[in-house]
Amino acid sequence: MKIHEYQAKQLLAQYGVPIPKGGVARTPKEARKIAEQIGGRVVIKAQIHGGGRGKAGGVKTAEILREVEEIAGSLLGTRLVTHQTGPEGLPVNVVLVEEAVEVERELYLSVLIDTSENVPLVIASEAGGMEIEEVAAKSPERILKQYVDPATGLLPYQSRNLAYGMNLAPEYIRPVTQTMASMYELFMEKDCSLVEINPLVATTNGRLLGLDAKVNFDDNGIPRHPEVAQLRDTSQEHPLEVEAANLGVNYVKLDGNIGCMVNGAGLAMTTMDIVKQMGGEPANFLDVGGGASEDQATGALKILLSDPKVKAAWVNIFGGILRCDLVARAIIRAVKEKGLEVPFIVRMNGTNLEEGVQLLKESGLDIVFEPNLTEAANKAIAAARTRRNLDTC
Amino acid sequence: MILVNGNTRLVVQGITGREATFHSKRCIEYGTNVVAGVTPGKGGIRWEEKVPVFNTVEQAVKETAANASVIFVPAAFASDAIMEAADAGIEVVVCITEFIPALEEVKWHYHLRGKKTTVIGPNCPGIISPPAKCKVGIMPGYIHKPGNVGVISRSGTLTYEVVTQLTEQDLGQSTCVGLGGDPLPGSSFVDLLKLFQADPNTKAVVLIGEIGGTHEQEAADFIKSKMTKPVIAFIAGSTAPPGRRMGHAGAIITGTAGTASEKVKALSEAGATIVLNPAEVGLTTKRVIQGEQKRQLI
Repeated sequence: MKIHEYQAKQLLAQYGVPIPKGGVARTPKEARKIAEQIGGRVVIKAQIHGGGRGKAGGVKTAEILREVEEIAGSLLGTRLVTHQTGPEGLPVNVVLVEEAVEVERELYLSVLIDTSENVPLVIASEAGGMEIEEVAAKSPERILKQYVDPATGLLPYQSRNLAYGMNLAPEYIRPVTQTMASMYELFMEKDCSLVEINPLVATTNGRLLGLDAKVNFDDNGIPRHPEVAQLRDTSQEHPLEVEAANLGVNYVKLDGNIGCMVNGAGLAMTTMDIVKQMGGEPANFLDVGGGASEDQATGALKILLSDPKVKAAWVNIFGGILRCDLVARAIIRAVKEKGLEVPFIVRMNGTNLEEGVQLLKESGLDIVFEPNLTEAANKAIAAARTRRNLDTC
Repeated sequence: MILVNGNTRLVVQGITGREATFHSKRCIEYGTNVVAGVTPGKGGIRWEEKVPVFNTVEQAVKETAANASVIFVPAAFASDAIMEAADAGIEVVVCITEFIPALEEVKWHYHLRGKKTTVIGPNCPGIISPPAKCKVGIMPGYIHKPGNVGVISRSGTLTYEVVTQLTEQDLGQSTCVGLGGDPLPGSSFVDLLKLFQADPNTKAVVLIGEIGGTHEQEAADFIKSKMTKPVIAFIAGSTAPPGRRMGHAGAIITGTAGTASEKVKALSEAGATIVLNPAEVGLTTKRVIQGEQKRQLI
């Protein structure tokens, strides 16, 4: 789960990381009020779940108070498009108003889990401000790594090794090691998947501040942190994705026109791949899971059919625990409740296949059954083009 | 065959639960020797009037000489169950449970360091060795056929799809293993490739990877330097957008290394036969095996 920059900073501040003075505003007036309290130049930052805000015009500096209201007004209520948001962009409902600081050095710190060593990893770099992957590609020697023994936690000497390795002025060693310790504590206590401060800045007047921060949570850890669940901002997710999440199925909205419903994440990805390989465009990733109920499968199909971009629907099921007859019943229910405005192709295999096919036939609905994977993909793509089923079962 | 065979004596952790009961029955039907169940507080009863239930894995091992376990307990207790099984001396632990927090997985990975236990999963379909009629997992048994192809995969239904294709081509399987869709799986492709390379009953290995992490690249390094048996590989998720979790917690492209194209490139350079069309895994495997050529180490 992602959260906003301002939420990440509030969390970090709770754990003792110094952050710039500031506050969040939902109206231009609120923004002005915060700026008045801060005094002097302020930075106004659009709060969306996506990077690349600076280049997209989502971060602006105001010299005087009047500008604060203007800038906040120009951001709030709009959709910001960055290289990470897709062409539709994300809604700006909140701006963060912060003191502007004079930056002397930009550093990088993050905590995550290393999936090769299966332990937490702290990454530090003196080359902050850029994407860490860019630094890794260009100058890998400027990236320092410290694996952490989960039983002892991050040890003070390990933080010092990193801090001295970042070529810091002596007065920054302590605050930087303290920041690392705070980040590690937050990471472990809240089941984070990433705690990143980039940049962590040294200002011209000698302060150390987390200027931008990202905190992501492990979805599997959220049930044991109700306070974290409350940080979720569903306005930053596609409404259909929110609906799917509430239903307990995995749905990711994409740009194509062939809606796919599949059981199992691997097969769902593969179904998208085959559509694309054969010249079509998947409208979504939708995994109903290995053991979906009829209600879940019906609900998932209705979500799929709610996407106005979908010009053909393709259900691809390998019945294991999830039986083909259950899926067939779900299809019939969804189509009856939602109406069928697009061609519908079903490819099933596995447990109770015959019963499933029989149910589809008896339903009398205009649904194509095609047992062959490649052929089913072909039919879905052709149907999306011509907007009609090539044959029915 | 690897990991499970005719000598496997299985204990089911959480056996009295609904899902565990359903799947334990399917395992027994397939031919698996289920010797014990464990549910704390229910020790002393007999599950389905047959299998003895114990309060602890340690007791189960002592009384029944169980040497493999399958875990069906809820996510909040699964990490503990894995460590309990390992500490009781179980050699192969299959964890079916999904939604385990990554930091819980860090815990048991750490606890199991230096121990001999092999963990498969979590969030996986399990292991099946058709020649020994041994199924330790939730996969549909009937799609499999005894034979000489090893299968390793990060997913469930996609594996069933591939196994079905193999069986249709009359290519039986020695052992099929689902590693699971989590970012911190107990066993990696490399661990399994090592076992298949050493297994006299396996002639070729089908590897089914997906986006996220670098386990496929590590597999490529091993294939390049150590595998003499042919490897046929398919990677799912070539059309997945970066930064979005594709169902599996582990299937998320975070850096360039996590993309399907990088994985395909690494495996192809290592000498694996790449299948781009997922409908052709069976056919391609048949062609490779009929070629009967031993790969040269690069």
